[in-house]
Order: sequence, then C-alpha cells, then structure tokens
Amino acid sequence: MAEDEEEEGRGDTPPPPFSDQVLENVLENVLQFLSCRRDRNSASLVCRSWYAAESQTRHDLFVGNMYAVSPYRAISRFRRVRALVLKGKPRFADFGLVPFGWGAGFASWANAISPNCPSLERLTLKRITVSDADLSLLARSLPFFRDLTLLCCDGFGTLGLAAIAENCKRLRVLDLIDNVLIDEEEEELVDWVSRFPASPTCLESLAFECIDVEVNFVALEALVARSPSLRRLRVNQHVSIGQLRRLMARAPQLTHLGTGAFGSGGGVLVVGDLESAFASSRSMVCLSGFRELDPEYLPAIYPVCGNLTSINFSYTDISVEQLKPIILQCHNLQTFWVLDTVRDEGLQAVAETCKDLRELRVFPLHPTEDSEGSVSDFGLIAISKGCRKLESILYFCQRMTNAAVVTMSKNCPELVVFRLCIMGRHRPDRITREAMDEGFGAIVMNCKKLTRLAVSGLLTDKAFEYIGKYGKSVRTLSVAFAGNSDLGLRYVLEGCPKLQKLEIRDSPFGDAGLLSGIHHFYNMRFLWMSSCRLTRSGCMEVARRLPGLVVEVIGDRYLDEENQAIEKLYMYRSLAGPREDAPPFVKIL
Amino acid sequence: MSFPPNPNPNPNPRPNARDIEEERETEMSIETERSSTESEVSGLDYEETALTLGLPGGKRGFSETVNLGIKSSLIEARGDSSGDRSDESPDCNASVAEKPPAPKARVVGWPPVRSYRKNALKSCTFVKVQVDGAPYLRKVDLEAYRGYEQLLVALQEMFSCFTIRNYPNEERKLVDPVNGTEYVPTYEDKDGDWMLVGDVPWKMFVESCKRLRLMKSSEAVNLAPREARR
Repeated sequence: MAEDEEEEGRGDTPPPPFSDQVLENVLENVLQFLSCRRDRNSASLVCRSWYAAESQTRHDLFVGNMYAVSPYRAISRFRRVRALVLKGKPRFADFGLVPFGWGAGFASWANAISPNCPSLERLTLKRITVSDADLSLLARSLPFFRDLTLLCCDGFGTLGLAAIAENCKRLRVLDLIDNVLIDEEEEELVDWVSRFPASPTCLESLAFECIDVEVNFVALEALVARSPSLRRLRVNQHVSIGQLRRLMARAPQLTHLGTGAFGSGGGVLVVGDLESAFASSRSMVCLSGFRELDPEYLPAIYPVCGNLTSINFSYTDISVEQLKPIILQCHNLQTFWVLDTVRDEGLQAVAETCKDLRELRVFPLHPTEDSEGSVSDFGLIAISKGCRKLESILYFCQRMTNAAVVTMSKNCPELVVFRLCIMGRHRPDRITREAMDEGFGAIVMNCKKLTRLAVSGLLTDKAFEYIGKYGKSVRTLSVAFAGNSDLGLRYVLEGCPKLQKLEIRDSPFGDAGLLSGIHHFYNMRFLWMSSCRLTRSGCMEVARRLPGLVVEVIGDRYLDEENQAIEKLYMYRSLAGPREDAPPFVKIL
Repeated sequence: MSFPPNPNPNPNPRPNARDIEEERETEMSIETERSSTESEVSGLDYEETALTLGLPGGKRGFSETVNLGIKSSLIEARGDSSGDRSDESPDCNASVAEKPPAPKARVVGWPPVRSYRKNALKSCTFVKVQVDGAPYLRKVDLEAYRGYEQLLVALQEMFSCFTIRNYPNEERKLVDPVNGTEYVPTYEDKDGDWMLVGDVPWKMFVESCKRLRLMKSSEAVNLAPREARR
C-alpha cells in the first residue's frame, strides 16, 4: 500500500500499525453508516475482514424466522447488537391454522440473550410465546433495556408486565399490540402500572389496548404526570372517557392517542370539556381506540382532525353519517383503518377529502362468509379515484368486479401492498360472473412497486400466470381457495424471483407444483401450504434434495405412517437444522 | 358516478337474503291470519300483534315464534343462495373452470380476521341500556338471549328495582314498585328511529338495535303508533 511504502522510506519513524488493523478500524467506521440490513448482508459477504467488521458494527438485528438460526449463533456473531427483531409463528397462526403448542417459545432466546447481550436496548417480538419468567429475566439482566414491543404474542400476563415496569429503569417504550394474555385469576392479577418507579420516567410510548384488565387509574394518571417525554399513549377500553380527559390534561404534548372506550360507561362528561382537551393537544397526529364509542362524543375530536395523519376506527361500528363530519376535516390523513359499516358512501367521503391517503384498511363488522358485506366495488373505485398516492390497501368485501380492481391498478401506481379479501369463497365478478383473474392480473401488471399481494375470489390458473409473468417484485403472496392445478403454483415459483413468503391454503396444488420450486426455496423465508394436494412423498423429495430446509409436516393428530396426504406443510431455510422443541404432532422430514 | 343506496345494484338481481326474509315474513303473516284458533304458534292473530304499549303476548310472542320459522329457513336460504351464486358460473360461463362444490360448512380461519379482532368486535353487538332518570348505563349482549321474554327478564335482574307487571291483556311493563312508575322498553334502530321493543321479529331486532332505553310510559306516548310505522 502506498501509505506503508512511504513510511518505510522515511526510516526512523515508528512501525506502522498492522494493515489489517487499520483496515478493520476504517471499515468499522465506514460500515457503521450502513443501516439497511440488506446492504449489510451484502457487505459481510465481501471477504473475512468485512464480515468481521460488519458483525462488530451491526446494531440492528432482524431475524424474520426465529427457527432459522440458533440464538447462540446469532448472538455470538453480533455481539454488540442493540436492537433485535424476532418473528415466530407463521402468519396463518393468526387464523387458527397452527395448532396450540406448535412452538415459537421465547425461552431459548431469553436464556441466550440475558448473559450475553448486555448492550441490548430494544426488543420487538411478533407471534412468539413469551412467558412472565422470560420478561422477568430480561428485565433483570439488561441494564440498558429501553424499548419492548410485543405484537400478536401470547403467554404472559400482568406479572411479566410488572417485572418490566419495576426493573427497567430506562424504559422508554412499552408497546403491547394485539397480544393475547394468559388467563389470570382475580387474585393473581398484578397492579403493574403501580410498579413503575416513583421518580420521573423516560417513557415515550405506552400502549396497552390489548390488556383486557382494569388498570389502577390513580397510578396511571400519576405515571403520565411524571413522564414528561410521553408522546404516545394508548389505553385499554377500561379507561372511561372522563378518565381519558384527565390523562389528556396531564399530557397535552401527546402525538398518538389510543382513546380507550370513548363512551360514557362511567358517568357523565360534557362534550365541551372533552373538546377543550383535544383543542389543547396541538401535537396530536394519530387517534385510535374508540372501543365502546358513544357517537355523541365524536365531535370532541374536531379540533385535531386537520392535523391527523392516522385514524383507527376499526374497532367501532361507526356509520357513514357519523364518519362524514369528521373525515371531511381530515385533509392530512395518510393512514385510515375502518369497519365496513361506513359503506361505499363513507369511502367516497374519504376519497373526496383524503388526497394524501397512503394506507387504507377496511375490516368487516361481521367476519363471516355469508355476511352481507357493506362495501363493494363502488367503494374501491371511489378510493382509487380520490387517493392517487395510495400505497397499501386491505379490503374485505363480498361484492367485487374485475373492472374495479383494474381501475385501481391504473389509478394507484404507487401500490406496494394490495390485499383484497372477497369473503365468500370462490366468488366471481359480481357483474360478469367471470373469475377475478383479470383484476389481479392488472394489479401485477400496472403496479410496478408491488411487493405484497393477497388474492381471493374465484381464480383460475390464469391469475397465477399473470402473477408469475408480471409480479417480479412480489415478495409476499397469500393464496386461499384459488387455482385449478399444479400449473398455478408452478407459474409463481418459476416466475417470481423475489418471492420470499408464500402462504397457500385450500388450493388444488400438489407435489408437481411444489417440486417446481426446488431451485428457489433457499431464497425464501418460508412456504406454508395447508389443505392442498400434497403428499408425504412429495415433501420428502424436497427434504431430501434441500438439506438446508426444515420441512415440517403439521398434523392435528399424531401422524400415522400410512397416511400419504399431507394436511399442513411449513418449510423454511435454517442454519439450525431440525428444531428440538417440536411437539409430537409435528414431523420434521 | 352516483351512489346507489342499495349496496347490490345488480341489474338482474338474484334474490338476496333480505328479499327472501321479507318474502317469508309476508307468507307467514298471511298464514297466521288464516289459522287463528290452534296452538301457540298460530295464536298470533292480528289483535295480539296490534299496537299496545308493552310487549306482546304473555306466552311466546308473535315475533319469537315467527322467528323460529324464519330463522331456520333463512340459514338455509342464505346457504343456498351463496352456494348458488358460486355454482351458477360454470353453468352460464363455459370459460370459467370447474370448481369444487358449493361449500356448506364454515371453514377454520376464513375470512382471515384475527381472533383478537373478532373478540374485540363482539362488543359491538353489546347494546347500552339506559333507564330514564338513572345515572348509570348497563350493557347487554342481545345475542345471548333467544327472545324478548329472556331480554325482559334480564333487564329486570339488571335494574333490580323493577318488577315485571303483568296486565290482564297480557302486556308486560317494567314497573318501579317504589313509586309505581311504569317504564316501557324502547330501542334506537340503525336508522336512528326510536321504536317500541317487540315490534319486529327477534332476529331482526338484534341486528338493528343500536341501544335500549327504558322510557317512562308517560313519555312513550310520543312514539308513533305501530300501525302507522308499519
């Protein structure tokens, strides 16, 4: 190297540091600016010193499938990790397709982290079973722990929360979202809110909408009062509207508010008083909650509507008449979650005002196959015409047309996520009675940025041909009750090079379709197929040819050797090999 | 593009579940008008369903019994019609490939809505019960009751100050024995109208009731008579 040669030429100067060490220092200093994990993954492949430097400097570790790597291996490579994201069960577990006891327990990771990861500050867990003991262990072992986010997890209760509150002195974020708590008897319930230290806290975000237990309000109010950094507060439905007003008075600096019940369960509150509380909340940008809404209180939020960028009304059956006066003021809205009770007309109102809308989710009030369904292709068209910047949509309906989906594909070129759920199975275009192939075809053709797609309705192999041909950026695909033959699956596995997550249920895809993906499975995070036409021999073939995959056959009963038909297949690449915590109803091939 | 109020503006509408329900109701009422003397079922003659304050019938009311008939056939009708809709396409459109037979049973996890959300939304079926003059609200889950009878009993238990007074013409009212005030159960429906409880078949009531209010009899006279509303 030029530098070294120069130095050597001078003679009396001290020997230069080893070039390796220089390189490492330089690399580490440079690499710390790399934040995107994909870039870091690439950098680590360059050579050994880059691998080493990258490992030392990675602060954010993302493990999309906790069974893909053993906790010790992950932690010994990334010793200085500060933030860890871990995901457990496959998404179809949310809909009851993964039997209880399948796995995704946090204990082995907790045991690896607590002695070895002193620098860990932030933890995000999704679809993982976390026990009170796990939470307690973390809380006591990690001196710098500050952010805990639990999404769709289960296995813990108020005892674990108390451990976090009590021991994590630097706690800034405690976000508990859509978790299912263990059943605790009355006498077992712990007043976790009282366990926060008495001194002023660093809390920035506290979300406990899913904790379906009354909290000690006096303690909560006092906590809010001594948390000057608090910006996001999302309370559960046991907090009445009167109590909410008191909390808002304590924290006028809030940006995100989960309003709890927003109903007059516990006494009378004058709307005007509530309205002044909102008027004082000049930084408010996000509202959610409304779990037991009393519509007469809705006007209280008018003062903040103009600034709101996000509203979640999806837990209340708000009508179009109740929605309109609010939504017409929400010019800055970017994220909107709502129930279909607002009807097409309500969506029309959204389309007229919310020109900046990026994300829309319309959930069904009656989530059954034979429900009436209150939104249709009309609502979808209206949204597409008004909200040209739309990036993400989740839409539950019973009536849809290809024409509407095609219209959306043309009007909303920024779409990254398109998830349409026509609730009645195998339902065709409401007008033409044809399959929904053309609609979804147009989406993959016209939406060049599309990475996530969920299809529904009556679909033939043609739809999958379109997806394989045009869906070159698709990373996540969700299929249910669709397709005619193995060809459908083949189109997708052969045509979508970026495909990472594929979940399929109740579709007529068999072994031939499965085997057409052999070349690609190592590039994927996982494949889920349930109630398809797979057989044991097909799955064994995959397992044989791809030893780096863990191929799980999940049965609801103890598997019978004779039984050829496979009910549920879940397979994923893994450095850890077959997991040791598999229950008896899981057979790893 | 104009907004059709009907969410199903199909130019060639197949009868949807609602149409079928209305059809059957008309059938039933014609039938009951004819056979007025027999069992409980047909003891629902016009007089009994005519307007009175209070719930109709000391025995099983009109609405409940009719409902039994309607409900089971509704489920069939819905099952068939949704089955028909999907079965129809292979017959009239040859380009659509063949499909599995119309599904009768519900499947696990479909539609894909998280159980967390399903449970949270259940409380949307809970309706608030307000009593004129009382400072508190209660809630009831209408889907937990099979009919008006049970609901009334539940209300009595909930607001334990009431007793149910039976009138000789078999009306029932909720009465506060302390001061003798009579209360009439009313409800607000989807359209925002206040109606007397007991007007419509039970199932329809459950779907359209937004909240309940036990109104003092003296005020209930302001409600439009049933005949006029029909």
